[in-house]
Amino acid sequence: MAQITLDRLTKRYPDGFEAVRDMSLEIQDGEFVILVGPSGCGKSTALRMIAGLEDITEGELRIGDEVVNDRAPKDRDIAMVFQNYALYPHMTVRENMGFALKLRGAPKEEIDKKVEEAARILDLQAHLDRKPSQLSGGQRQRVAMGRAIVRDPSAFLMDEPLSNLDAKLRVQMRTEVSRIQKNLGTTTIYVTHDQTEAMTLGDRVAVMRSGMLQQVGSPMELYNHPLNLFVAGFIGSPAMNFMPATVEGEVVKLPIGDVRLPDEVHGRLGGTEGKTLIAGIRPENFEDASLVGDARERGSTFRAHIEVLESLGSELYAHFTVASDQQIESQELRELAEDVGGGEVPMAGEEGRIVARLDPASSVRVGQESELWVDATRVHLFDPEDGRNLTTDAKGPSAVNGGQGGGGRDPEAEPPPNDGAQAPPAEPS
Amino acid sequence: MLWTIGIMVVLLYALIPVVWIAALSLKTPGQIIDRKFFSGFHFDNYDAVFSDDTFIAALINSIGIASIATLISIVLAAMAAYATSRLNFSGKALILSGALAVAMFPPISIVGSLFDMWRAIGLYDTWPGLIIPYMTFTLPLAIYTLSAFFREIPWELEQAAQVDGATPFQAFRKIIVPLAAPGVFTAAILVFIFAWNDFIFANTLTSTDNARTVPAALAFFTGASQFEQPIGAVCAASVVVTIPIIIMVLIFQRRIVAGLTAGAVKG
Repeated sequence: MAQITLDRLTKRYPDGFEAVRDMSLEIQDGEFVILVGPSGCGKSTALRMIAGLEDITEGELRIGDEVVNDRAPKDRDIAMVFQNYALYPHMTVRENMGFALKLRGAPKEEIDKKVEEAARILDLQAHLDRKPSQLSGGQRQRVAMGRAIVRDPSAFLMDEPLSNLDAKLRVQMRTEVSRIQKNLGTTTIYVTHDQTEAMTLGDRVAVMRSGMLQQVGSPMELYNHPLNLFVAGFIGSPAMNFMPATVEGEVVKLPIGDVRLPDEVHGRLGGTEGKTLIAGIRPENFEDASLVGDARERGSTFRAHIEVLESLGSELYAHFTVASDQQIESQELRELAEDVGGGEVPMAGEEGRIVARLDPASSVRVGQESELWVDATRVHLFDPEDGRNLTTDAKGPSAVNGGQGGGGRDPEAEPPPNDGAQAPPAEPS
Repeated sequence: MLWTIGIMVVLLYALIPVVWIAALSLKTPGQIIDRKFFSGFHFDNYDAVFSDDTFIAALINSIGIASIATLISIVLAAMAAYATSRLNFSGKALILSGALAVAMFPPISIVGSLFDMWRAIGLYDTWPGLIIPYMTFTLPLAIYTLSAFFREIPWELEQAAQVDGATPFQAFRKIIVPLAAPGVFTAAILVFIFAWNDFIFANTLTSTDNARTVPAALAFFTGASQFEQPIGAVCAASVVVTIPIIIMVLIFQRRIVAGLTAGAVKG
């Protein structure tokens, strides 16, 4: 068990490419931290630097109180679960799980005891004498977990451990991973590209993009107070809807209509008068106007032509298109759209197409013009140049420690807005 | 169906000479030219061969030299192949092309100078005198065979071992080598067969029972008298030297099974 500190870690390859840039993160003892981001954002590289499988170009890595930059993986007392499990195919499950202990020279009875215990936790007792090739995907995944648990290391590192499982098993194992981590209380760093996994598993989530940490915070902080456009678009499914916006006095002009902003939000928008901004609204901040009731004055209503309705029983997704004469251009939106790449949330970052989550009791019909309501207090406005969230508290509540363990030192000092045109804003400096 | 016929043709083509040799070895000297394919079981030739000290010595030399050459060659090749398939270091291309260049020279082109050199440094007619050239000539083949196998082993396995607390050498010995076992055995068989079958080096670099191997010794076979052809004895000796190879291939064939790495990673 230990605290892990990343102090301005940088990974630079010989060709000059920086996979991880100046990454600072403090992980408390026992904390479950998720590194999340689209593929190629450097999250796996960061994890591999912590494991010692990748050299650290600059910066300092501390496990406990010791600097471990130059230690071999075997001397760092960490266990890693690989994406493809990396089980030793010529060994039985028992031998796989006991391998590390055997290398350490532990007596046979102790190995057996620990392996049996891990097998019990993971429900693998019946398979101890089988080879990995005789196991199903989910069982192999559990063996990989078992190999880590048996060692009782100071930290678990997990590199997309569930991405090879089918959807149903993944949800099941997700709960399992969470339960095991809570029971053992071992510091865990978990890498994933799946924002759902990040949201459901982590005590704290660290969003990365192009090698840089964008924001660190509890899942709800990231969801409700994203520091920038990228985090806003990445976290949440279906993704946040984006549209061009212009501030005129106390109202924001959106393609769906004018929205009056709450006073405290409006106060933070100084100097943006007349400029084209990007507005972000989460699907659940829309509602069927006829079902809003008392909250009506918190937002505005508008009329939309519903094109598609998806009913999931407990929720109802209404898709509609808004026309706009303004174009929104943003590198971050492009990246988000690329990352989604025609996957499960086709709307991410796409202009003009809006998803609204409505109450299932709503009577909207496909092909009809319906009156919808939008919650003005939940409208985010982003600067299209650097992606900064203009509506959130500038102090960034999201960067505060997740509350695990003592400490309480802000692991990621709030970045000052960056002036560089293409440099993303959340660069810790 | 077509496949079966094809296989039958190839088998016949390959096996008839072997069967013929075996049949000849079972004849008595008088039956050699009796124009029959098979004339019953007579083990006179085998008796003669096994009572011949030269042949026994040659057999021991063959087994010893081929085994030692195989062992050294495989150990060196495994390490070289591991390094070239896993690491990036300057001179890697040089090593690989150098290894290929070694295999390029026909043995006959260097055997003359080797003869002189071995005589000068005292390796002539000794075991090391044959082991060294066999090893040298088989290393390239072994390196290439093994690196192909090593490359197929997922790198994560080694990294997992390293994180589990293994030193790089432990990861190599406990994870990589067992997994590359089919490759190791394939390479070992190829090396062993080369060393076992070689005639040129064995004939040129030896002069006595000290290090002469079976293929060379066969050439020195004589009949019971100078008026007698040693055909039967040569055939018997040929059968005897073929048997170890067959046994070796049969033993290792079991290890050369595909899918030993199945289950390492999700397929």
